[in-house]
Parts: sequence; C-alpha cells; structure tokens
Amino acid sequence: MARSAVLVTGICGRLGHRVVRALHRERPVIGLDRRPSSDLPQDVEHIQADLMRSATRQLIRGPELGAIVHLGITHDPHVPSAERHTRNLLSLEKLYRMAEDFEIPKLVVLSTANAYGPRAGNAQFLTEDAPLLGSGRSVELRTLVELDMLAQSFALRSSKCKVVILRPANILGLVKNAASNYLRLPVVPTLLGFDPMVQAVHEDDVVRAISLALKADVSGVFNIAGPPPIHLSRALSLLERRTVAVPHTVAQAALGSLFAARVTRFESTELDFIRYVCMIDDSRARRLLGYEPACDLKETLLAVDRERWVG
Amino acid sequence: MRSSHPLARLADVAKTTTLPWFEGVLDVVRKKTEDFSNFLLGEDFEERVNWLRNRYDTLGGDPFGLDPEVAKGAVTVLSFFHRLYFRTESFGLENVPEQRALLVANHSGQIPIDGAIIGSSLFLDHSPPRVVRAMIEKWAVSLPFASTFFNKVGQVVGVPENARRLLEMNELLLVFPEGVRGISKPFSQRYQLQDFGLGFMRLAIETGTPIVPVAVVGAEEQYINLGNLEWAARALGIPAFPVVPQILVPGGQLPLPTKYRIYYGEPLRFGGDPADDDTVLRDKVWLVKQCIQDMLNRALATRTGLFV
Repeated sequence: MARSAVLVTGICGRLGHRVVRALHRERPVIGLDRRPSSDLPQDVEHIQADLMRSATRQLIRGPELGAIVHLGITHDPHVPSAERHTRNLLSLEKLYRMAEDFEIPKLVVLSTANAYGPRAGNAQFLTEDAPLLGSGRSVELRTLVELDMLAQSFALRSSKCKVVILRPANILGLVKNAASNYLRLPVVPTLLGFDPMVQAVHEDDVVRAISLALKADVSGVFNIAGPPPIHLSRALSLLERRTVAVPHTVAQAALGSLFAARVTRFESTELDFIRYVCMIDDSRARRLLGYEPACDLKETLLAVDRERWVG
Repeated sequence: MRSSHPLARLADVAKTTTLPWFEGVLDVVRKKTEDFSNFLLGEDFEERVNWLRNRYDTLGGDPFGLDPEVAKGAVTVLSFFHRLYFRTESFGLENVPEQRALLVANHSGQIPIDGAIIGSSLFLDHSPPRVVRAMIEKWAVSLPFASTFFNKVGQVVGVPENARRLLEMNELLLVFPEGVRGISKPFSQRYQLQDFGLGFMRLAIETGTPIVPVAVVGAEEQYINLGNLEWAARALGIPAFPVVPQILVPGGQLPLPTKYRIYYGEPLRFGGDPADDDTVLRDKVWLVKQCIQDMLNRALATRTGLFV
C-alpha cells in the first residue's frame, strides 16, 4: 500500500508522544517537530524542521502520506502572542496546501471544546452546531477559535481531503495544558460562590479518538468527552486538593497583574472556565466514530498526578 | 454505704433524682421534635431522600448538577413554608404522570415562591417523590452563591436544549409561560393569566410530552403590588420593579401567609408539527391557557378564605 504513512505534527509534545506510540504499530509514522526528540520508537521517522520554512516541504514525501494529524499548536509563552497567532494559523494553512497538492485523503485537526467558551447562557451540553464564542479578550483562546474555523473552511472547500476536527473537553494527564496545570497547583484557587459542572477527558481517550478519526471513513466535527461531568468542587476533593475561594473581582484583578508580571500563564479571562459551564455532548462521536471513553472519572482526574509517582 | 461528705451527697442527689428528670425532659423534647419534623417532612422523608440519591446513580450523577444533599437541606427548610406558613393543599397529584411531563402553571407572587412550593409538594406529597426541574434566567447564573444553589437543587439555565434533554431523561419540567409578565403583575390583575409564550408548546409537540396544567391559588395575594416602575427596572437592569408597600412594615418583607392550593389537572396531549406557524401553535397554547384559567376560576369560586 503506497499511501499508508501518517504525518503527525508536534510529536515532541506530551500528547504527540502518546499519539505516535499508539499509531506506529499499525502504520508508518512520520513525525514533524522543531524540537529535538527523545525516546521515540525506533521505526518513527522524526523530521526536525519548522513547518514555517519552505524548505521543510521538500523533506516530506507527500505522495506516501495517507493522512495528516495536526497536533502542533504552539502555546510557547516566549514567543510574542501576535506572532504565535500567525504562526499557528499559517502552519495549518501550509498543512492544508500540502494535503491538497499531494491529494492526501485525510487531515485530522485537534481543536478544543474550550473554543465554545464558558458563558452564563450556555446550554448544559453543547453540540457541534453551537457557535464558537470562546474568543472574548483572550488571545490564546482566539487563536484556538480561529484555527477551528479555518479547519472548518478547509472542510467545506476540499473535495478530495476529508477533514476531521476533534474538539475534546479538558484533556487531563501528563499534558501541560491549562486544565492539567490548574489541577496540579499546590493550592487551587476557586471562585467564591461558583461551582460549575466540569468535564474532562483522559489523554489516552483522546489518543483513541484520534486513531478512530483516522480509521473511519468520516469527516466533520466531533466533540470528545470523557466520563460524566461533576462539580468542580467534587473534582478537587477527589484529587484531595487544598482550595482557596476568592471573590471574582479580586481574582480578576490579581490574575491580571500576575499575568502582566509573567508570574502565571493563566489569563484573567480564563477565570470564566471555573465560573460558568462549558461542556459538550459527544453523542455524534459515539455514533459515527464508535468512540467511548475507556478511563473512568477517578482515572481521568488522577492522571494529572501520575508524574509524581511514576517519576 | 452513704458518703458523709456534702459534695459527695450532692453528687448522689444529682445522679439519682435530677439526672433522670432532665433525661425525661430531653426525651419529651426529642419526641416533640421528631413529631414536628415528621409533621413537616413526613415519616418517610429519609426514604424519599434515598430514592433521590439513587435516581441519578445510573447516570453517574445528575448531568445537570443536582446534589441530593443540598436538595435535602433545601426541602427541609422549604417544608416549614410548605406545611406551616402556607399550609399547602394539593389536589389531583395522581394526574402527574410517572414519565416525563411539562407542568404548565400560572406565575405570580413577585418572587418565585410558587415554583418552590410546587417543587416541595411533588417531592413531599407525591408517591413516588418527584423532582421538579424549573428553568432559571440567564442573568441569575452570573450571581455567586445563588447560581450554585439553584444548580445544586436541580434548576437549569433556561435554554431550549436543556429543556429537551431533561424531558429525554424523563424528568418533570415546570414552566411558567407568562414569565415576568405573570410574576410581576399588579394586585388588581390577580388570577388573570397574562400572555403565554409559545416555546413550551413547540417543545411538547417535538418531544411528545404531555402537558399537565397547574393552577396555583394563594400565591397571587402574597405580596400586594400596586404597580410596576418601568423606568426603575430599566435603570437597574432588572426584569421588573414592583411597588409593594407592605415591605416597609416590620415583618412585611415576608410574604403574607396566604393558604396555597395547588391543582394538578389531567394531562393534555398535543400532536402536529412543531415547526407549524405561530398562529397554529397559538391556538393550542390558548387551549392550555383556557384550561388553567378555568381551573383558577373554579378554585376561586369554591375558596373558603384567603388564609384558611
């Protein structure tokens, strides 16, 4: 079979590692990442190059590729936000061009359910049709919304390439995203008088969803949720965290100055995630992808602590 | 051998006579409290709460966030108002189906006590207990504590998707199609149903849910509203600003202890296309509204008194 290889971007990230490990036994995997790799499986080819450079394209043997999985969204805080924004959008654009030119039949883009945005008027469970209102004032979130919308426009335009957009709930695990980092804080701040329901999904379940998106002859947008939702307070007590409740106005002001002083990477607009619901209905993925989370609530939550005892 | 030391004798007296007397008093107090709590909550209250705890277990907890322990506390407080303060009487509880249903009620009383009392009547007086889910305004979700409390006693944000999902879970959904028009209406318009919204009818047809008309008598007189100040409501960004002189009298902040009578009517079923024109839906809504108005009129005609 000529077209069996899959190109995975961002393989040196924590999630990228796990995706590569899950896929390489079934089909050839080519990884693309600027960062140097460590402990990748022997049979995985790592192209250490920047997608933004035009020379990179020559390194990729397009006709061999059967699919592209795009995980390489950068959150690098050392890069100025405006540059990070263009970098992320251009990377996806370039991947799409590649898919078009080489007639690669599938492009899987990992978006996020946070793109829907936490809002007071949100339905308890948002379906894929809900508008992406997560932009607000946060540059980080706006980038994610624009990436998702760009991928959607590709899906509309392309005739040969099937585009799959996955919108997982808060991914928990070894990954270093806002949700996992928040739960790993030594003392977890919450908002006084607010205790929204929250959803999380284990990183391994996301990896499963990605391989299902590659196998099935499907395209479109899929929400990916984990075990049933619970109140934030209950999640924190299951994790045995010490918490401190802060009034919203105080938290907003404090986080604003801490962010400006570069003490924290949490933006004050992200406080809405622990104030309002932003949860998804993943029945479409269950129906069309055959997806089902394998990790239960406890496993999913405790995944953020795994590093501590695995070492 | 009796001790001769005065302190030891005192201890003796305390042990043999005073202590049993205190214990007796305590027993009576305990018995009275138990009787009182049985009167308020019913003897099978714990069973009802256990039923509630089990209700959502298969789902891994209520997906909307109902917390049985918080709900238990809320019902305990509410039972005082339900039994003693408003002396609620419920009629036609057998008309509430076992499966999903839309409870459609008249809305009144300036603050939504009517919803809370309907909730406590179905939890405490209906067998098996039923949880009433109502929908709250979006702006209430941004209030600290209140939003959390409403959420944990099973109330959800008022959007159609939530209503549909609750009905699919076979829940009882309480709606007040009059909305603010009903709850804030002045005293002179008591028991005159205001315009009904159409949303509930579309929902009922779409999900094939029976509509249980509910008439609440008593709530309309609990606060005497002389009129609404529209400009004040607009300035404060709140739905209505009623003029209620009684709140200036000490103790008048509490509603008048009118007697609540709640009538559950026979379920109405509607067929047809949920995407029909508003005019078609309006006819069906009119039937429901007329049914509730008739129930109200009949109840008012036979009412023995405002407080008894």
